[in-house]
Amino acid sequence: MKFVLTLYADEAGFADAPPEALQQTLAAFDAFNREAAQAGVLLAGEGLAPSHTATAVAVRDGERLLTDGPFSETKEVLGGFYVVDVGGLDDAIEWAAKLPTVHFGRVEIRPVMGYEGVDRGGLDAS
Amino acid sequence: MRDLELAQDCVQEAFVEALEHWAADGPPPNPAGWIVLTARRRAIDRLRRAVDDTRRAERLAQAARLEEQITSTPAGDPGPAPDPDLGDERLGLIFATCHPSLAAEVRVGLTLQAVGGLRTAEIARSFLVTEAAMAQRLVRAKRKIRATGITFAVPAPGRLPERLRSVLDTLYLIFTEGHAATAGPDLVRAELCGEAIRLARLTARLLPDEPEPTALLALMLLLHARRAVLLADQDRARWDPAMLDEGLRLVMAAGRRAERPGLHLLQAAIAAEHARAQAAADTDWERVLALYDRLARVANSPVVDLNRAVAVAEVRGPAAGLEAVDRLATELGAFHHFHATRADLLRRLGRAEEARVAYRRALDMTDNAAERAFLLRRSADLSHGAPAHPRDSA
Repeated sequence: MKFVLTLYADEAGFADAPPEALQQTLAAFDAFNREAAQAGVLLAGEGLAPSHTATAVAVRDGERLLTDGPFSETKEVLGGFYVVDVGGLDDAIEWAAKLPTVHFGRVEIRPVMGYEGVDRGGLDAS
Repeated sequence: MRDLELAQDCVQEAFVEALEHWAADGPPPNPAGWIVLTARRRAIDRLRRAVDDTRRAERLAQAARLEEQITSTPAGDPGPAPDPDLGDERLGLIFATCHPSLAAEVRVGLTLQAVGGLRTAEIARSFLVTEAAMAQRLVRAKRKIRATGITFAVPAPGRLPERLRSVLDTLYLIFTEGHAATAGPDLVRAELCGEAIRLARLTARLLPDEPEPTALLALMLLLHARRAVLLADQDRARWDPAMLDEGLRLVMAAGRRAERPGLHLLQAAIAAEHARAQAAADTDWERVLALYDRLARVANSPVVDLNRAVAVAEVRGPAAGLEAVDRLATELGAFHHFHATRADLLRRLGRAEEARVAYRRALDMTDNAAERAFLLRRSADLSHGAPAHPRDSA
């Protein structure tokens, strides 16, 4: 089953953190990436640039509206995501718990909607 | 099969079919096996015919597995009667309905329905919500279980403590909901205690090597045998002797099995001390305090600290008790028991006016008929001169 793990954290924490702590966090992500890839569960994953680089797009009444920054003004912001293929929720929880984010932020786990047999156009590449 | 909703629907249909066929032809030699076989066939039909293409591959795989279960038994023979206990499967079901990814009130409702067999309307009434709201809550829960692939299985040993904690928390929630309702006129809600006890008994039986489920059952029995509010005023002759007896036996049994006493074992041991005493004055308060000291470390709960303060008062006098209680003012200021306890200690210290104020505050915070009656009586006693407490020196 496919799950998307979305990582949320307070960015202010990163700004204030000492360089050793940041190194540790990066190393932890590295370790996760390698372990997940080796286990064959990792389908995709990216770290996102800081939220101030975001642009939000909406179209209302035919007009295209652009906002500087993330659309949601929350303290904890989206920082990255992973797509994993595992047996079920309990497995997804095990993997999510290995991410460094769980110690200073939180990780949301959601199952991917099953679309087998449905033509999703170019969405399913391989 | 990971689809609880589908399973329940198919069993339901199988029972309907049974009613139709057996009324005319009488029941088959293996009725339970017949139900399971029929339900499986229905499930296969449904899975194959599903128009909705989402998860089509998965559905067909499920159908194939069910087909295999049927064809692996000789033609015409529904197979051996399923183990009437269905131990592992029921345990797996409980672990699924109590999965920590489900909100507490969702776990409670789902467990009562899927494991306890209560009807949605009953559950809704017990938790004071509309039937429609409860029905939606249950449907969503089952959909979440299906969508996220929560398995109906006993968790691996590494995950067991955390998952078992979730099961016991859920059962305890069901019990405390019923227990709180016992003093009122609403019998439906009071029945929750009986249901919680049944479920705890089942869990304890299915996990005989784990001390905490047995300890929780013991705790529930010891509390339910009393069925009321504050301790010193209960007529001990009215306590249920069979329940007390079993509760006490189970506490000892669980105690023998536990390497380190868990939360429920400590709670049950305290309840056992109260149950053992012939009269309130005979309670071994030193032992109770020692148990509360340990419980306070494990439970991290201000309510536990409050109960501990009562024990402190019994062992070291009301002044020491009051000091312990007052430390909880910030956390428990809105809790009627806090004020009731303060009032009682103030009364014993001869501080009648402050006691009266505290009783008043407690009364403002509770609607429970039995509790109000008790508080009013105690408050009225103040005017006639405080009755002596067995342990307070003049």
